[in-house]
Amino acid sequence: MKPRTLALGVVVVTSFAFAAFLQAREKAPPGSAIDPAPSVILIRNATILTASHGAIDKGDILIKDGKISAVGGTLKAPGDALVIEATGQFVTPGIIDCHSHIAVDGSVNEGSVSVSSMVNIADVLNSDDISIYRDLAGGVTVANILHGSANSIGGQTVVIKLRWGQPAAKLPFEGALPGIKFALGENPKRSNLRALTGGERYPVTRMGVEETIRSAFTEARDYKKAWDDYNKRAPAGEKNLLPPRRDLRLDPLVEVLEGKRLVHAHCYREDEILMLLRVAREFGFHVQTLQHVLEGYKVADEIAAAGTGASTFSDWWAYKVEAYDAIPYNAALMTKRGVVVSINSDDATEATHLNQEAAKSILYGGLTRDEALKLVTLNPAIQLGIDKRVGSIDVGKDADLVIYNHDPLSAYAVVEKTLVDGRVYFDRARDIAGRPALEKEKKELLEKAAKEQEKEKEKEKKPEGRKPEEKKPEEKKPEEKPKPPQVNAQHGGAQ
Amino acid sequence: MIRLPQRFQLFVIFAGLLGPICSYAQTAGDYAITHARIFTLAGPPIEDGTVVIHGGKIAAAGAAVATPPGAQVIDAQGLQVYPGFFDAVTQMGLREIASVPATVDTTETGLFNPDLLAATAVLPSSAHIPVTRAAGVTQVIAAPASGGLDSEGANSQIAGQASAIHLTGWTIEEMLLRKSAALVMIWPSVETRSFDFSTFSVKEKPFSDAKKEYDKQVNLLAGYFEQARHYAQLLQIPTAANYARDLKLEAMAPVIRGELPVLVFADTAREIRDSVEFCEKQKAKMILAGGTEAWKVKDLLRSKGVPVILRPTLGEPPEKDSPYDRMLTQPEELRQAGVKAAFASFDNSFARRMGQQAANAVAHGLPHDEGLKGVTLYPAQIFGLDSQLGTIESGKIANLIVTNGDPLDVTTEVRYLFIQGQLTSTDNKQKALYEKYLNRPKPAR
Repeated sequence: MKPRTLALGVVVVTSFAFAAFLQAREKAPPGSAIDPAPSVILIRNATILTASHGAIDKGDILIKDGKISAVGGTLKAPGDALVIEATGQFVTPGIIDCHSHIAVDGSVNEGSVSVSSMVNIADVLNSDDISIYRDLAGGVTVANILHGSANSIGGQTVVIKLRWGQPAAKLPFEGALPGIKFALGENPKRSNLRALTGGERYPVTRMGVEETIRSAFTEARDYKKAWDDYNKRAPAGEKNLLPPRRDLRLDPLVEVLEGKRLVHAHCYREDEILMLLRVAREFGFHVQTLQHVLEGYKVADEIAAAGTGASTFSDWWAYKVEAYDAIPYNAALMTKRGVVVSINSDDATEATHLNQEAAKSILYGGLTRDEALKLVTLNPAIQLGIDKRVGSIDVGKDADLVIYNHDPLSAYAVVEKTLVDGRVYFDRARDIAGRPALEKEKKELLEKAAKEQEKEKEKEKKPEGRKPEEKKPEEKKPEEKPKPPQVNAQHGGAQ
Repeated sequence: MIRLPQRFQLFVIFAGLLGPICSYAQTAGDYAITHARIFTLAGPPIEDGTVVIHGGKIAAAGAAVATPPGAQVIDAQGLQVYPGFFDAVTQMGLREIASVPATVDTTETGLFNPDLLAATAVLPSSAHIPVTRAAGVTQVIAAPASGGLDSEGANSQIAGQASAIHLTGWTIEEMLLRKSAALVMIWPSVETRSFDFSTFSVKEKPFSDAKKEYDKQVNLLAGYFEQARHYAQLLQIPTAANYARDLKLEAMAPVIRGELPVLVFADTAREIRDSVEFCEKQKAKMILAGGTEAWKVKDLLRSKGVPVILRPTLGEPPEKDSPYDRMLTQPEELRQAGVKAAFASFDNSFARRMGQQAANAVAHGLPHDEGLKGVTLYPAQIFGLDSQLGTIESGKIANLIVTNGDPLDVTTEVRYLFIQGQLTSTDNKQKALYEKYLNRPKPAR
């Protein structure tokens, strides 16, 4: 077969698939559908893990207009309410993933410079990323979408709700403060990439990382001063007063200085953690969260004293030198020293079982069940400054809820339903019921595309007077997938 | 003075000091685990039973088993006993820190390296070993070039021989369960996409080009097996002295003779189909490793009797339109189809997620005892080690764990661990760091 013919076939197949996809989106098939939200939902007779005030053995949750309106024993709902029978099932607040890279179109790293604060992940949100749906199926309702860790000061970040099926503009969490990614250690100094990427870029030491941040904030402080000065004098109508030149790189740093943008700092080693806290103190800004922070347990008192949150992995270790002293007791140790701790994924698949990852802190370090659940619900909400809206099952909060068929603090729980803003965005039964139809549709599309391809081939072959060759069925496949990422490859991305 | 063998010297010393308690001091003592719920995996669980360990082996297990005099008693009231976990694909001891090439010995250069042996480079004092052990894993297959960042650039097709090792021992000799457990073959794949680090972007090439490259690599493998077959025939002729000795081809002989299984890394349906066909043609005994799309070819795998060591169930489904739980439901689908499947980490630092992987398959339909067997008996059967390991039956090597609950679940603690009949510590680097920093005094302000 000539490559061109096949390539054309691929185009045909993919465009068919795309057309079908668009059509499917309009029809809103099971599994990806957004039902119009019923204004009242009653979840009945569930074990409710509230994350804020313990567990309720057999209780109901009443949802009105997307908010939790009552939690407790037996509640009454109006006749037109959607009733979800949850006998024998468990309800938790929606899982909040404080470190995610899903729903991003293309690379998460603007890696060419050491200060990339001018770029914003919010500009490249991709609402069609299947990871949104898969993470919803793992109970995730909110995710902190971060820029990568290639730069000492990285790009701007955004908190989203996993409203699968909604356009990108509807994903950001309304009212959540925007953030910015910082990164310390091996990644910004390119320790593991220099050989692969070739060129060298300042910094290549932890000293240089500190200096990069210090320089940027020195500039930002002067820039802020110039603007403050201008803003003070401008109302007086001073003549010949010119505004300072706008600097898109420094604007977000000024927001950090003003407390309007949260710093999420990727870090590993104890020394660099303290370094950043010192620099922040010197410049008068707050480090909202330390991300990964695998050696946080070594300096937990200092982190607690700074009022900084820590968002870590459950049990990842040894993928690089700065992760060699990582311990699965990290979350528990920091919690016991007074740090607000969350467990995050940094990976679309890891995010699908964050409840299990949180449960590990019961074994490693002896957290209580409530403390463990908070690691993926209330604590990340506090860290992202959205705990008035989400993170626990309390009256007045958004109805972001997960219904499990089993105790979620174990490896046996399967998510039955995930609700965001009181809407069922994931329903396992519907997902399963919808599969045969999707498979049938895919098969028909592939057959149609194969026929088109066959016709195309006929046209090309006719002048040579040759019969079309018999084709193997797998050649109808539009493309061969690369091998799934190996365990370590998937951890090599942004962490 | 007459020099006794070192082993015997120690025996004399310990026997003298401790009398009957340590009559097998160097290899193991006698133990009785009493009042335990015993999951033998060879029959129904035994309530309030006793496991007796003698000479590194299980001497007896049952409800009416008496504690032999002199045996050290472990009261397991309220606890449960299981066979130790068997991680069927790891790089244990071959890779310490993934990003530091100096600590990585998984992947040799060159296409064909059948004479390389994992056991040669397993570091007995690797920090990964005690960490993994603490999660209830008592033995693993250490395999060369079976994945990870370090093997991305390598194109090795025959990576070497995997070794089965116990997870304790001062030297590799003490750790060895089977020096050569399988030949590792990395089946070629149709790579239409590759990641280019120089531009940090994905490069694509037409399917037809990638397929041509694939066919070429498969042909290379076939050619190599032909060469090895000729060489193996030559080896059988005692008078055929007139040939140049080739260590690589010599190492292929047990594969050609069908004695040593081939652990074939393949994931897509095409790769699996082609590799099964290849191994059948070469009369090689195949074990599939990876098997992301094994469900697509389950009937073929069943009919050819090819067992599968599955990539982690907590992994990404192969295609964007795969059901979100594709990897989680696969173990049960394969079981129903009659395909034998084991769980494995394909890693070191994730070896402790073995139980979690199995539990997640159980949550998606796999019967619980099948989940347990998938991390104990089935890997042993797949490597032909089930006469020695995998269940709690008298005569088997005493690789056991004593837990406070379901060993597959994430909150269960391994209280005691026996490897080759030795009560083995669950202490490790991570626990030591925990204890150190748990006791850090509050800093002065």
